[in-house]
Amino acid sequence: MTAPVLTPAPGAVDAAANNHSASLARRFAKDPIGMAALIFLSIVVLACAFAPLLTTNAPDKAVLGNILADPGNGLLLGGDSAGRDVFSRLLYGGQFSLLGALLALSIAVVLGGVSGLVAGYFGKWFDTLSSAAAAILMALPGMVVLLAARSVLGSSAWWAMSIFGVLLSASVFRLVRQTVQNVRNELYVDAARVAGLSDARIIFRHVLRVVRAPFIIQAASIGSVAIAIQAGLEFLGLGDMTIPTWGSMLNDGFARIYQQPLLVIWPALMIALVCLSLTLIANSVRDALENTGSRHRTRRTRTGRGAAAKTTTHSSNPTVAPAAAQNTGTHNSETPLLSVRNLHVGYHQADGSTTHIVHGINLDVHAGEVLGLIGESGSGKTQTAFSIMRLLPAGGAITDGQVLWGGRNLAELSERELTALRGKEIAYIPQEPMSNLDPSFTIGSQLVEPMRLHLGLNKADAKTRALDLLTRVGIVNPERVYSSYPHQVSGGMAQRVLIAGAISCNPRLLIADEPTTALDVTVQAEILDLLRSIQQEHGMGVIMVTHNFGVVADICDRVAVMRNGEIVETGPASTIFSEHTHPYTTQLFDAILTPDNIREPYRAPNTMKGEVTTP
Amino acid sequence: MPAFLIRRLLTGLAMLLIISALAYLLLYLTGSDIARNLLGDNASQEAVDLRAAELGLDQPLHTRYLSWLGGAITGNLGRSWFGGSDVTSLLMSRLGVTLTLVVTSTVISAIIAIALGVWAAVRGGWIDKTIQVFSLTGAAIPNYLIALGLVALFAINLAWFAPTGYTQPGASLGGWIASVTLPVAALTIGCIAGTAQQVRSSMLDVMRQDYIRTLRSRGLGPGRIIYRHALRNAAGPGLSVLGLQFVGLLGGAVVIEQMFAIPGLGSLSVSSTTQGDIPVVMGVVILIAAIVITVNLLIDIAQGILNPKVRLS
Repeated sequence: MTAPVLTPAPGAVDAAANNHSASLARRFAKDPIGMAALIFLSIVVLACAFAPLLTTNAPDKAVLGNILADPGNGLLLGGDSAGRDVFSRLLYGGQFSLLGALLALSIAVVLGGVSGLVAGYFGKWFDTLSSAAAAILMALPGMVVLLAARSVLGSSAWWAMSIFGVLLSASVFRLVRQTVQNVRNELYVDAARVAGLSDARIIFRHVLRVVRAPFIIQAASIGSVAIAIQAGLEFLGLGDMTIPTWGSMLNDGFARIYQQPLLVIWPALMIALVCLSLTLIANSVRDALENTGSRHRTRRTRTGRGAAAKTTTHSSNPTVAPAAAQNTGTHNSETPLLSVRNLHVGYHQADGSTTHIVHGINLDVHAGEVLGLIGESGSGKTQTAFSIMRLLPAGGAITDGQVLWGGRNLAELSERELTALRGKEIAYIPQEPMSNLDPSFTIGSQLVEPMRLHLGLNKADAKTRALDLLTRVGIVNPERVYSSYPHQVSGGMAQRVLIAGAISCNPRLLIADEPTTALDVTVQAEILDLLRSIQQEHGMGVIMVTHNFGVVADICDRVAVMRNGEIVETGPASTIFSEHTHPYTTQLFDAILTPDNIREPYRAPNTMKGEVTTP
Repeated sequence: MPAFLIRRLLTGLAMLLIISALAYLLLYLTGSDIARNLLGDNASQEAVDLRAAELGLDQPLHTRYLSWLGGAITGNLGRSWFGGSDVTSLLMSRLGVTLTLVVTSTVISAIIAIALGVWAAVRGGWIDKTIQVFSLTGAAIPNYLIALGLVALFAINLAWFAPTGYTQPGASLGGWIASVTLPVAALTIGCIAGTAQQVRSSMLDVMRQDYIRTLRSRGLGPGRIIYRHALRNAAGPGLSVLGLQFVGLLGGAVVIEQMFAIPGLGSLSVSSTTQGDIPVVMGVVILIAAIVITVNLLIDIAQGILNPKVRLS
């Protein structure tokens, strides 16, 4: 009954920040279900409002001959147990049911909205106090409170709905407070404050705009809950018997269910459909919010593809062909560990099309070799790395080409075959250490699980090996880290744990996705040294995804430069450093800070020559 | 962990105290003359005064509240104004019925909702769409209407169950099951719908996390990923929703018990409300509040066990 009121997902709230109501309304208008619900609701509201125009029978006029009458004879839906016109009662009853819900909604919105705004924006003692009040209001089922209130206040529907409004204000309060707090900490609100905008203006210009959409969603579901509980009270026979309402009609119908089953159907349908359409409207608004968010994303990738497609037509043939030639030419002729041929990666879009982000690349990695895959963000290097292990996010897939591994094409293996191979033959080291450990399990159990699976070790042996690995990656107190949870270790430590996990089953190829980017500069060098020594110890092949030529210089044997989903240049690391040919590679090199391009210290015009102002 | 628990326990007790004070204030602070209402307009003023003194209504409100509170702490919630029976034993005789109804519904809902939510999140496609439509509809339609539909179909048309009535499980287990099937079904459908939705979205959230990809990269199969890792991480939000649903079910039970003539707290609160039997109403309110606060406390503990960040801080 007091079903938890729908709350929009946090993502939806964020997305709302960037949206105008116009585009939201357009999205909503395109959703047939939401629109149908809105139209139905409008018809019900209008029919109830203009009830006198639709029926000439008074809702409480009892005619003996019409008791439990079937539809017909001037009674569109028949007569009730007292011989009153059901159709007329349905319309007039709707007035009270809808107005009652509106009363509850207004109280909830005004009380919860204002207090949520104040608590979220100004915080302090008011926040503490009102949050406690909200917690108390939410601790009791609405029905029980309404029953208690009825025992002293009598059966007035208006009283009941006012009290229910106060109860529901707690959920509005929580939503508004949370949203306002989020917005308050946004940078653009800080900027507005620094710019000297008054609190009132910030609230009206920035905060209210974000709160509005989640507010609509919640208002619709509050309306639905209010109608349901009000009718529920009346259905129990605890409502206001002096006015016609859907709930009292339900009560009357249920009592006569054997004699005239139709009686219960009309009010039940009315309540169910109105509640359902309010929920559907809330849901459609939420969908519209989320879609406007994702549409922005889609548009961005599309422009990305547009740009990439342009480069394809201009430069794909001259660059890819020599790259492939260099690939086989520069290295020894033994068969490579991994061979990527003409790899295309694409994402399925909602409209059925596919957006390509990797356009036919070729790569070879030999045993014992470190291949640097370098490029700026968005160049497709991480997507390439994921597609080799087929770990692309939902919607992403290899659309063409081959990933050859020991005579097998990984692009065509079943998920089961690939699962058996992941971790055991090809392993992965992620970029962001803290988000890549499962927060609910100890580090030890996360290390042990794959080893027991792939190496068939028993619990004790797996633990011994895990402790050895932790020692190997330079962790001083392996026992303690083994039994720690991820949130208890530092980022550098977590990255060492992830390296230990990746090498735990002796893989032949390691794919490292910017393994040092998220770490402190001092830790970066240590991690690279560690990777290098482990790689040499095991003779592993490594694909090192990076945007940093420093990393390349440090550890890579060969380099492939990626741009817009293509490889524009490959060669031995030493050659790339001295004689790169592609203009993009030159551009990447120019971006590196060297002693030559450090700018002169700033001199204030009025200081004497040679005197450097300290920043 | 113990400090966190003690803090929660104290907060819960404070909330219970505030709720009792507020409820007492609102229930007894009516303008109307309670003793006069009880005895009717024809009673003499002396009789009314005598009755008021008997009920302690001549004392100031705060004295009455304090003496009620003193009694409540020792488990004495006063006497009913109608029939004079002991409120505590009245409540206890009804509590078991309601709790079995609500707890059974919660457990069944949790199992089905988790299964449906995980299924929808993992399989996607038309299965996901169907489950979402069910969730949306089931959560939107008030549970008494669902009960009405079930009664019309299974009790009246098919006559599989009696439309109303309650059999004690001690008297006949089969009879008890038959008598609670429709009420429990009516309560669970809405609860499943709301919870499945939440399980689905938190599963989807977790499945998008980086560590899921890393676990997959280690060669863990889909079964292990979904049931061992993802479900464990999605359990927190799911539990919170289940807690909210439990409060909803307690409210829903009021109507459902009345519909099916089940002698639980709900029907007691309806009858005492209609009579204006304030001590019983007060007892029901405080008992329900205590149940809700206890359940929330249990959920907090469960969250702590599930989430090492809470447990270890």
